[in-house]
Amino acid sequence: MKNEDLQNIINGLGENLEFSTEESEFLNVLVPKEQLHTICSQLKSNKDLKFDYAFCITGMDWGKELGVIYHLNSTEFKHEIVVKVKTEDRENPTLDSVHDIWQTAEFHELEIYDFFGIKFNNHPKLRRLFLTPDWEGFPLRKDYVDEANMIIK
Amino acid sequence: MADQELETKIKTEEYFVNMGPQHPAAHGVLRLLLTIDGEIIKNVEPDLGYIHRSIEKMCERDSYQQIVHLTDRMDYLSSNINNEAVCLAVEKALEIEVSDRVKVIRTIISELTRIASHCLWWGVMGMDLGALTTYFYAFRDREYINDIFEETCGARLTMNYNAPGGLMFDIHPNFVKRTKDFIKHFKTKIPEYDRLVTGNVIFQKRTKGVGVLTKEDAISYGVTGPVARGSGLSSDVRKLHPYSAYDRVDFKEALLTAGDTFARYEVRIMELWESISIIEQLIDNIPEGEIKATTKAVIKLPKGEYYQRVEAARGELGVYINSTGTKNPYRVKFRSPGFSNLSVLNHITKGSKIADLVATMASFDFVIPDIDR
Amino acid sequence: MNFLIMNIPLNITSTIHDWIYSIMPETAASITIMVLIAVIYLALFAIIGLYLVLLERKVAAWFQLRLGPNRVGPWGIFQTIADALKLVSKELTSNDRIDKFLYNLAPYFVIVSTLIGISVFPFSKQFQAFDINIGLFFLFAVSSIGVIGILVGGWASNNKFALIGAMRSGLQTISYELSVGLSLLTMVLLTGTLQLSEIIEVQRTGGWLILQGHIPAIIAFMIFMIAGTAETNRAPFDLVEAESELGAGFHTEYSGMKFAYFFLAEFINMFIIASIAVVVFFGGWLSPFGITDGITWFPEVLWFLIKVVMIIILMMWFRWTFPRLRVDQLLTLEWKYLLPINLANLMFMAVIIWMNWTI
Repeated sequence: MKNEDLQNIINGLGENLEFSTEESEFLNVLVPKEQLHTICSQLKSNKDLKFDYAFCITGMDWGKELGVIYHLNSTEFKHEIVVKVKTEDRENPTLDSVHDIWQTAEFHELEIYDFFGIKFNNHPKLRRLFLTPDWEGFPLRKDYVDEANMIIK
Repeated sequence: MADQELETKIKTEEYFVNMGPQHPAAHGVLRLLLTIDGEIIKNVEPDLGYIHRSIEKMCERDSYQQIVHLTDRMDYLSSNINNEAVCLAVEKALEIEVSDRVKVIRTIISELTRIASHCLWWGVMGMDLGALTTYFYAFRDREYINDIFEETCGARLTMNYNAPGGLMFDIHPNFVKRTKDFIKHFKTKIPEYDRLVTGNVIFQKRTKGVGVLTKEDAISYGVTGPVARGSGLSSDVRKLHPYSAYDRVDFKEALLTAGDTFARYEVRIMELWESISIIEQLIDNIPEGEIKATTKAVIKLPKGEYYQRVEAARGELGVYINSTGTKNPYRVKFRSPGFSNLSVLNHITKGSKIADLVATMASFDFVIPDIDR
Repeated sequence: MNFLIMNIPLNITSTIHDWIYSIMPETAASITIMVLIAVIYLALFAIIGLYLVLLERKVAAWFQLRLGPNRVGPWGIFQTIADALKLVSKELTSNDRIDKFLYNLAPYFVIVSTLIGISVFPFSKQFQAFDINIGLFFLFAVSSIGVIGILVGGWASNNKFALIGAMRSGLQTISYELSVGLSLLTMVLLTGTLQLSEIIEVQRTGGWLILQGHIPAIIAFMIFMIAGTAETNRAPFDLVEAESELGAGFHTEYSGMKFAYFFLAEFINMFIIASIAVVVFFGGWLSPFGITDGITWFPEVLWFLIKVVMIIILMMWFRWTFPRLRVDQLLTLEWKYLLPINLANLMFMAVIIWMNWTI
């Protein structure tokens, strides 16, 4: 399916969605964080979309906002989109978990929590996956400082 | 009914076992927190990070040429394929068209890497199931490939042969002959693998119907590579999104539907044959051409987001680069095959025995630095 | 006390025996002889153990495209002795909060039971320490004591992997003891005696038992080899120490000489199983077709050892080619296949003897 057709269908799923195809090979959809879970579940269940395969979930620090990028694929139609969600709350960033839609998210969300400190609502067991439980800070954030372990050129 | 009665009368108690980080079946430093009732697994909780080097953070401070060298250390068994992924991403961003020669050589070396990786997997799989001899058979054959690599680029494992825009240097004059010799040798050895392990009754009993992953679960868990193909999920990046010279070779995607450990085993053995066939199609007519397209000394990617995927030995390796137009990437994410594949482990081993967990893990072919990055 | 000592038949070498009796009083002499025999058997135990380890390593190397040990002495023949010295000189470490008494006791259980085991074998007509009329029965009884050592060791180690290994060992030995027993019982029907020297005498006239009993004897031999391999906890039945699952199984927490005891006992157990097979199926120290019967100086013990080594190599072959069974498959094999086949085979053998179809 063409990106324009995808955009038309997805546009009907929620409000205030921002689309862009610039600077990327995929159709990018910026979803307001309140609608993340409903839109994602519709992306999967809609019979024309069927985005059932989340092949890459990336945590992101845009400097001002934190967020998550979902690369989605449909194993049936082979079309792909990128869903982005942002939150401006850097102190206590919270997003909805999508692990009930794509089970792989359970693990990726642990990784994102570990490195970006984004908390996911309804996640079965949010814990430090890579780092020790008493680790302070979230290393992949841009404002993370660790003078002992980081060499900055 | 009688069994149920018995189960309610006999009180059993669950207990925790720390499998790893130092454990023979952990293939490195994977730590699994097992909840066990007798021999039966109730829950598997992976605890990672014992070899985490934060490559993604390191990438943010390095130049694009340097990033290539970091990727070697992720999945060290398919190091060349990882290098290729980053190079392809950078080339895609800069819109550099590499010469046919580079494409063909990259494909051949990647397939040799895949064979070497699958050889090691085969040896370790046998070892995890208790057949120790397989390890040495596999290493005998893997040694040929490592020698070829050593001759061409000086390194045996972490090769650093690719660079953005092409290759570091041309292939060694002996490369073609030695690769052909190896193919000839290896064709007689895969049947030997089959005779030693595949047909063995104990091996089949241990693997058939063990760790069954359905296609629906494979999709939902984002599984890729031989694990997905064993469950009937077509996920071969070489077919779906051809890169390098894969669009000009004729090969079949190994696809089985059983979804158990044996199917994953068979898929990998089939992939060995396919890799041989790909190399045979390319090795005789490597086109002449430039070995490296000219790139600037300081590579700056245009502002934007780039996603490049390749088929590593364990599955789809995705490289996500977010560039703001400077000489360093703003964010690099490696979508490693092992990490997604690991997420399904708890789901498919629940309720099976400890020995099944080991067999299933062996068929997943984890490389821990690939999971930890 | 005196009565007991005097009744043990000691027929190793009558000359030494007579000489010792001539120079000291009777009781002292029998004690001296017993000590001498014990020393000889201990030495035998160590030599067999160490050289079986070396043989295993060499056989493994041949299977695996390697050379094996070849640095210490010619063909590496002193390698395992060097290893043993290393193990002896190592510090004995142990876990925190172990059951000290049981932890230290366990290796002795294993080693003593194997030592008693080898004492009853007729290595040759003269070379036998302890020829009792219930020889075979005694061997079963003694060889299953070893598992107590493994259970105790696994329990006392305060390690969950060791405990799982020990529990597996328990169920494995209980199951496979049956098959070992029944397959040998099938052969006892043929010999009519349990005494090991008598069993060999039966074969002197009628040919080796595996020939005399033909079909059921061959089935019994195959079952015995499978069950025997399981009894010794070797691959493909090495679930007890299954390294890819349990690390090192029941001996995870043992080090130094205590570990070496377990390790040596495994190899001596293999020797015992092979020796039973040789005595019961292949004529013990008898030469094939009586080719050395006329030669009086020929050491018959050589035939015994050759046969034993061949069976041991067969068991090593299993180990280096087969994958390991899972615990429920192990039990299925025993209770659903080996045991019914064995019982049917026993009946079959009885019929054959009744109808006088033996060769």
